Amino acid sequence: MSETVYGPVTDWATDFDHGSPAYAANQHKIWDDLKSSGCPIAHTDRYGGTWLPLTHEMVHEIAYDTDHFSSEGPVVGQLKPSEVPDRIGAPIGPVPPISSDPPFHAEARRLLLPAFAPKMIDPWREEVVAICNELIDNMGTADHIDAALQYSQHIPVMVIARMLGLPVEDGDKFRGWVNLVLSGIGEERTEARMAQFEEFNAYLAFHVNDHIENPRDDLISFLLNAEIFGEKLSLEHTVGTVILLLIAGIDTTWSGIGSSLWHLAGNSVDRRRLVENPDMIPAAVEEFLRAYAPVTMARVVKEDMEFHGVEMKKEDWVLLPFPAANRDDNQFADAHIVQIDREANRHAAFGLGIHRCLGSNLARLEMNVAIEVFLKRFPDFSLDSSEVVTWSTGQVRGPRALPFVINARA
Amino acid sequence: MRVHVDPSKCQGHNRCYALAPELFDVDDLGNAFELNDGVVPAGLEDKARLALANCPEFAISIEE
Ligand code: HEM
Ligand code: SF4
Repeated sequence: MSETVYGPVTDWATDFDHGSPAYAANQHKIWDDLKSSGCPIAHTDRYGGTWLPLTHEMVHEIAYDTDHFSSEGPVVGQLKPSEVPDRIGAPIGPVPPISSDPPFHAEARRLLLPAFAPKMIDPWREEVVAICNELIDNMGTADHIDAALQYSQHIPVMVIARMLGLPVEDGDKFRGWVNLVLSGIGEERTEARMAQFEEFNAYLAFHVNDHIENPRDDLISFLLNAEIFGEKLSLEHTVGTVILLLIAGIDTTWSGIGSSLWHLAGNSVDRRRLVENPDMIPAAVEEFLRAYAPVTMARVVKEDMEFHGVEMKKEDWVLLPFPAANRDDNQFADAHIVQIDREANRHAAFGLGIHRCLGSNLARLEMNVAIEVFLKRFPDFSLDSSEVVTWSTGQVRGPRALPFVINARA
Repeated sequence: MRVHVDPSKCQGHNRCYALAPELFDVDDLGNAFELNDGVVPAGLEDKARLALANCPEFAISIEE
């Protein structure tokens, strides 16, 4: 994996690069070193100026302070939101509600909430169980498998494609576009990349139009019927929200499932406990979400301001590293230890405040079912030491290659 | 013992409902509210404390 356009990091306190492979590989140590050297908030000039606060308290404070920090740019890029051509600005943003600020945000979010409430999501359980079993059936009798490529990456794609009403067989395309938006943040803005963005937009325009002509019982039709301020959503709003639902749910959940399986492959005691006591899986999933939280979000500073002794400038990026907040000793006892039966666990893997992950009920369902089915079918598995585990870079972190040896199957 | 969800803080993480469905329910938007006026039946006090300790938004309070 290559460095970003900015080159190697010289100092993590003053020149960090959260898009670099080194950050993805060593982030826990980087945070611990920064905090113990008395730097609870790091800075870099990269990406036009970016801050990295590391305590639960600061992350909580920024997430709640929508007066000073805008969601206009939830993913850090080389261009500031105001520099992106034809961009829909605050308070709506290109992909509502994640890119929206109050008061518009509440309306854009409220119209989606009923579709993702527990009572609508729970009935998907059987379907997710069937998807997971089918993926394992497809592995045949091989003793060496890749649990990311053959399992975790497919589950959220197959589920969200069905919910939205998009062709399930286009999964590879969706993952390509997710990668384009989330992992390529430090790459050059080449024509080839821009052409991929256009292809993505054209694909969605085609399917949204198809739903306008042939309404059905799925999320795209639900959005086409939804109203905001007493009127139908604009086409941009509908397409933006479809983009968001595709992007937000795929590599996040893929990462969550992958990190959990990675932990269980390397920790046979925990794995055996869950095989013998499947009713412990929900608590274990919460602990995996805490310890390996997949998602870091970003905000944009609205006006020059002081924050805990540092001078933030208008349009600086501020990262919200929920994974670092989840490892703060002031909030969690023995934060660096993974305890699958942890009782008090107020982790922030799904964010804090008004942007709480809209898909959290679905993500939890998928993670629980994925682990339940995997352990049932493969009660004993371990990491394949002859191959390497690779991790994604950027604001969503999880294993992208997960070579396992299957030692027992049921 | 009584539990209470502060609706201005609750963001619908649904931890309380998952851990103590005897004490909490969620509305159609996914936001939580306490059942039975918040009165915790005898024997369920630990579940109430567990819900409080798992609410990411610090939205749950308990009156002993
Ligand atoms: C383990 C999996 C997931 C994790 C860790 C995760 C994490 C997050 C986080 C941290 C936020 C907060 C964003 C912010 O503060 O700016 C968020 C927002 C959001 N997530 Fe997820 N997510 C996951 C899965 C999903 C799924 C499956 C969906 C839906 C299909 C989804 C849809 C959304 C949406 C629509 C928002 C924006 C909500 C708003 O701005 O009001 N996510 N997610
Ligand atoms: S756990 Fe807290 S935020 Fe979540 S639904 Fe319950 S009260 Fe609301």
